[in-house]
Amino acid sequence: MKKLLNLFFYLIATALLVTSCANTDSKSERSGALNSSAAEKVYVAPGEHDEFYAFISGGFSGQLSVYGLPSGRLFKVIPVFSQDPEKAWGYNEETKPMLNTSHGFIPWDDAHHPDISQTAGEIDGRYVFINANNTPRIAKIDLSTFETTEIIELPNSAGNHSSSFVTENSEYVVAGTRFSVPVPQQDISIKEYKGNFKGALSFISVAPEDGRMDLEFQILMPGFNYDLSHPGRGKSHGWFFFTTYNTEEASTLMEVNSSQNDKDFIAAVNWKKAEEYIKAGKYRTVPANYAHNVYDEHTHTATSTMKKEVKILDPAECPGLVYFLPTPKSPHGCDVDPSGEYIVGNGKLSANLTVHSFTKMMSAIENNKIDGEAYGIPILKFEDVLAGIVEQPGLGPLHTEFDGKGNAYTTFFISSEVVKWKLDTWEVIDRKPTYYSVGHIMIPGGNSAKPFGKYALAMNKITKDRYLPTGPEVTQSAQLYDITGEKMELLLDFPTIGEPHYAAGCPADLIKPRSKKIFKLEENQHKYAAKSEADTKVVREGNEVHIYMTMIRSHFSPDNIEGIKVGDKVYFHVTNLEQDYDVPHGVSMIGANTSELLIMPGQTETFVWYPKQVGVWPFYCTDFCSALHQEMQGYVRVSPKDSDIALSWSLGED
Amino acid sequence: MKSILFICALVAFTFIGCKGEHQPQETPAPNKEVKESQNAKGQAFIEDDEATPNVLNIAIGSKDHTTLVAAVQAAELENALVNAGPLMVFAPTNEAFNALPEGTVETLLKPENKEKLAYILKHHVTPGNYSKDFLKKFKKLGQANNEYVSVEVKGDDVYIGGAKILGSVKAGNGIVHVVDKVILPTN
Repeated sequence: MKKLLNLFFYLIATALLVTSCANTDSKSERSGALNSSAAEKVYVAPGEHDEFYAFISGGFSGQLSVYGLPSGRLFKVIPVFSQDPEKAWGYNEETKPMLNTSHGFIPWDDAHHPDISQTAGEIDGRYVFINANNTPRIAKIDLSTFETTEIIELPNSAGNHSSSFVTENSEYVVAGTRFSVPVPQQDISIKEYKGNFKGALSFISVAPEDGRMDLEFQILMPGFNYDLSHPGRGKSHGWFFFTTYNTEEASTLMEVNSSQNDKDFIAAVNWKKAEEYIKAGKYRTVPANYAHNVYDEHTHTATSTMKKEVKILDPAECPGLVYFLPTPKSPHGCDVDPSGEYIVGNGKLSANLTVHSFTKMMSAIENNKIDGEAYGIPILKFEDVLAGIVEQPGLGPLHTEFDGKGNAYTTFFISSEVVKWKLDTWEVIDRKPTYYSVGHIMIPGGNSAKPFGKYALAMNKITKDRYLPTGPEVTQSAQLYDITGEKMELLLDFPTIGEPHYAAGCPADLIKPRSKKIFKLEENQHKYAAKSEADTKVVREGNEVHIYMTMIRSHFSPDNIEGIKVGDKVYFHVTNLEQDYDVPHGVSMIGANTSELLIMPGQTETFVWYPKQVGVWPFYCTDFCSALHQEMQGYVRVSPKDSDIALSWSLGED
Repeated sequence: MKSILFICALVAFTFIGCKGEHQPQETPAPNKEVKESQNAKGQAFIEDDEATPNVLNIAIGSKDHTTLVAAVQAAELENALVNAGPLMVFAPTNEAFNALPEGTVETLLKPENKEKLAYILKHHVTPGNYSKDFLKKFKKLGQANNEYVSVEVKGDDVYIGGAKILGSVKAGNGIVHVVDKVILPTN
């Protein structure tokens, strides 16, 4: 044995000698800042701007973070399916309705896949959409304010994972259910899964003028798991592709029972056909109960409306609506190349990547080459739709993005690497390690006909020794690669908020000019706004007290209030009178069971305070607004419940 | 562990060797070069005395699996075996390797056969984590090289692709089943 090992070490040494010498000949193969211009490539000088925005989901933090690329600098964390004590999102009275659902107020969710709106197949930088997995919702973030302005709940869905991907003119944001459930929900045995559980694919329209979302229809699919999806584009525009697993329709010990079939399916959905069926009235309207929450930029207030029905299409009754493309072993990622020709199924338990051809699919459909059916949905033959296979590129393939130059970049979870391969020839061109266990990868514009193939951002689940340790919980990370050369070059890795599940990237110039600086005071239509100090007042309605308050550098008006009693419910409606860029004010009251308010110029926000103790209690500005910030404070006198002290309020009176 | 250090030293040595030719004026510090080499980088090389040993640690720690470990290192599969997985490794003993026809192991360990070796090793890895008893529920397993292996139950014994499970060790990222045969793929 010893002899064998010696031989082995000798061979290894030789191998290393050969490879390492070869490496030094190629500049791009060198790694580390010492040998390359990596530092220079990511250095954005103080005061300079990054070239790209990256919207990186916070996964189980429910947030969306805004980074600059290539620097990796964090600019903002946008609360979406979360409460944020920094901005009072979900804590103030105005935004609480945004988190309303059919299950009540849900202040958290698992935010996975951001996608930027598109016009004519190119990202347009107007909105980012993102899905909530747990209590199925789709949110829209307006990229002029960088705030969540709309959230729509999805009925008949559970584990809203194959979402929220946008068609090439933002006709629809599409969402697919990961878990199939009884539709409509009912009290039946889990053992009755097969045939009784259904998977809903939701098509949410986006109004071209104001982006208003509406759940147009759902396609009720067999009880598989719908894992990921992507829209067709170019020649395949009008189609949508969903990976499925658990075509076994198992409901227990999924890691065994949903991995029995050699092949699952990619479901190809013709949504233009769906529109025709809807127009022709071939839908059923079924009762439903789901929340539609909209934030109005002028009233600075959200409203929540419960919707009561949804249109359903049954694919068995709608010929030509859905076809199944057999795809090996529980495919996860479902990615379409910029031309719309190739549909890549990343079989997470397969060692190979399967690439289907849209042209071949259409030809198989036209020639009626059907190889069976499942619940009335025709199955095409694997060989008839297959474009090619990338053989043994790595272990545990998850997701693929494209650079627009004929190359694809696939992540491999188990072997912790990004592999670059060529469309058409299916040959592997390069591979680079990630540190560690990569999930998604993002190329700005990746889900469009026009990717900006300069950088790829790999998002890692595990970092172990990569940063200073912070106890058992350590950060997850994003890693930036330069993809302009034949070989990829690792430039930078940086920590992220929560789980960087997926990201969407966009050239900064598409968004920068539209970024709002202030809210115009004269456009403020908040019900309780005080647009000048003359408008401020305190109004009692029974035990409810409404304070119409203003703030400007460096005082509140009013700043002395008397006549409040123990047991009152006191609303602080606070308007920031500033009309100057980047001068927010904050406010907080001692004993308030909520977060501070952080109010932008021209905006009104509200918090509720329940005074419980007699005395004189201060409030103050929480945002360092000005040189006299420490002087920005006030007092509220709280008297006993039965006191007859009249309401009074003032500023600057002795 | 010793063998890894030995490889690191070799890596350092070879890098210096090459660098020398291109940049005769500069001789970088050897430890820095080791740190930047791809081969000694990744999760496999993290020192961790607290967590449950992973499947690679277990194999490295076993005196009955030195051939397997040598093969894993030659195929550069270390980092795949320390991943979150979960991974189920069927680990043939040294004896199992010795039972192969004369010269097989030596040939496979040659650098030009690296891919072939990796393919065979991946035939011994399943994404999953199942005890010997639980494996009785399966008819077949899908392996990391994209092939299947059969699962057969004979009395109390479980055979994976014809190899008998001799014992099992739970790992931090999965499980190692020690088997008495090298499981050869069909392709």
